[in-house]
Amino acid sequence: MEMKFAVTVDDLTVAYKYKPVLWDIDLNIPEGVLMAIVGPNGAGKSTLIKAILDIVRPVAGNISIYGKPYRDQRSLVAYVPQKGSVDWDFPTHAQDVVSMGTYGRLGWIRRPGSREKKAALEALEKVGMLEFRHRQISQLSGGQQQRIFLARALVQQAKVYFMDEPFQGVDATTEKAIIQILKDLRQNGKTVIVVHHDLQTVPAYFDWVTLLNVRKVATGPVDEIFTDENLARTYGNQFKPAVLS
Amino acid sequence: MDPSAYFSLLFSDYTLRTISLGTVLMGIVCGVLGSFALLRRRSLLGDAVSHAALPGIVLAFMITGTKDPWLFFLGAILSGLAGAVWIIGISARTHLKTDTSLGLVLSVFFGLGILLLTMVQRQPNANQAGLDSFLFGQAATLMVSDVIMIAVVGLGSLILVAVFWKEFKLLSFDPQYAGTLGFKVRLLDILLTSLIVVAIVLGLQTVGVVLMSAMLLAPAAAARQWTNSLGTMVLLAGIFGALSGLTGTAFSTFSDKAATGPVIVLSATLLVVVSFFFSPGRGLLFKQIRLYRNRKSLRLHKTLSVMYEIASAHEEFSHPHSVSILNDFRGYSKKCLRELEARNLIVLKENTWMLTREGYEQAEMDHPENQGR
Repeated sequence: MEMKFAVTVDDLTVAYKYKPVLWDIDLNIPEGVLMAIVGPNGAGKSTLIKAILDIVRPVAGNISIYGKPYRDQRSLVAYVPQKGSVDWDFPTHAQDVVSMGTYGRLGWIRRPGSREKKAALEALEKVGMLEFRHRQISQLSGGQQQRIFLARALVQQAKVYFMDEPFQGVDATTEKAIIQILKDLRQNGKTVIVVHHDLQTVPAYFDWVTLLNVRKVATGPVDEIFTDENLARTYGNQFKPAVLS
Repeated sequence: MDPSAYFSLLFSDYTLRTISLGTVLMGIVCGVLGSFALLRRRSLLGDAVSHAALPGIVLAFMITGTKDPWLFFLGAILSGLAGAVWIIGISARTHLKTDTSLGLVLSVFFGLGILLLTMVQRQPNANQAGLDSFLFGQAATLMVSDVIMIAVVGLGSLILVAVFWKEFKLLSFDPQYAGTLGFKVRLLDILLTSLIVVAIVLGLQTVGVVLMSAMLLAPAAAARQWTNSLGTMVLLAGIFGALSGLTGTAFSTFSDKAATGPVIVLSATLLVVVSFFFSPGRGLLFKQIRLYRNRKSLRLHKTLSVMYEIASAHEEFSHPHSVSILNDFRGYSKKCLRELEARNLIVLKENTWMLTREGYEQAEMDHPENQGR
């Protein structure tokens, strides 16, 4: 059977200063999976997606999205950064942030028009935030802010979605709502790659997983790869994966 | 000084009109670009660039011997940028923090500027008179040629902000995301930072190098208090900047010994103080009032709900109870009981209280067990 890969990473090495954060990563992400990137703090999870998205420059390695370099395939890719990466006291409202997702398609200088507005409203509705569209973003709860970021990515109408800890600081209801949206995306043939922290929910949420600790430990379907043995190799031998049995 | 006399002069006097136009334009440009400096947390840039600009201005004069505004502009930009690059370089390559490198570079450049200035002042060249107005600003020294330069460069900057509005907003809010969308973030950053530097340099002659950073930031900080929209904030900051500029000019023209910079900066600061206290959404005063009201209403609710619980233990809700039963519950106060009575929710008689029908019904509605019914 021939698999089509949405993302291919070859020999990727990244270092911020002297110590490598990622070492020699080879990774093929098949189209249409909902994949978790799991690993301890400092394992380079965020760095991996930042390198794929060309936000950090790798020391070495090759990355392609559907067979071509990222800069030729931007329109196929959407990104949900960590919620803490921006200043939520910025003077703007929810709908305005969501409409930023259309800026890439618009390109330089052109302003969003009625089509972009419609797309933003649809995305807001999809994440259940339509009634909050005029709310100043600092007045939103953590979960609502996360939904706004998700809506901004949905507006991009991409094929591959990268999300950096979308469940961080959100309550159980929002977490359920978000995972449902991610599953819907997969249903529609999109590929979703999520940096994830909570090991317990991995089998329920995801069908594909990459275990990472500077080096790639394993990658593949959750039921094959997400084993006690692999987790111990990722987190160290002291790690007691009791929750999983 | 009589403001009405000033305004009639403003329309009749050619020189005053020219000077005012210059300071108002300068104020607008500073307010608009200061907003971006504030939101991007580049507040220190203003201080660094303005102080570092001084040697550039004096050197431009020493080399050419003329007071050409375009040459001053060029000199100020070059040495201002050199200072900024040093600061960024020192912070990035050594263990010194930004505030340390800022303090170092700023003092070195400013000291050099003062040294050159005193050297120039000892020269017999009469042309040098007025060069020291760059220290604290002197709107009255603005010539038509200066105002033309401010107008050309200032309007150019404003047009660029309008053209790249969407890009600058995205850059200020979420630069990494802007990069993933395909915008050249580095280029945008350089463009916006250069515009901020231009705004600073435009203000030097009227506000002076010492106080320039306040001129950049004060209108923006004041404007931020009144709005939650970037567009309105930038517009308001422009208006605040223009107002401060105009006030400074008025003082400077009516007493030609008075430095303009302090007046401009003081009026801008006054706007900040007023905004921080009295703006409806973020102002301290209204915040405090909202907090107080909220606490008071919570206390009333809590007292009423305690009364409801006591009253609903009896068959008749209007059965009178002694006030002393409430002593177990520490939230209530005499004032609180009187407030409830004033709202017709309870009746106080001697040392007893009883719920009115209204009070009973409201408490029943507020009660957590009945919420959502």
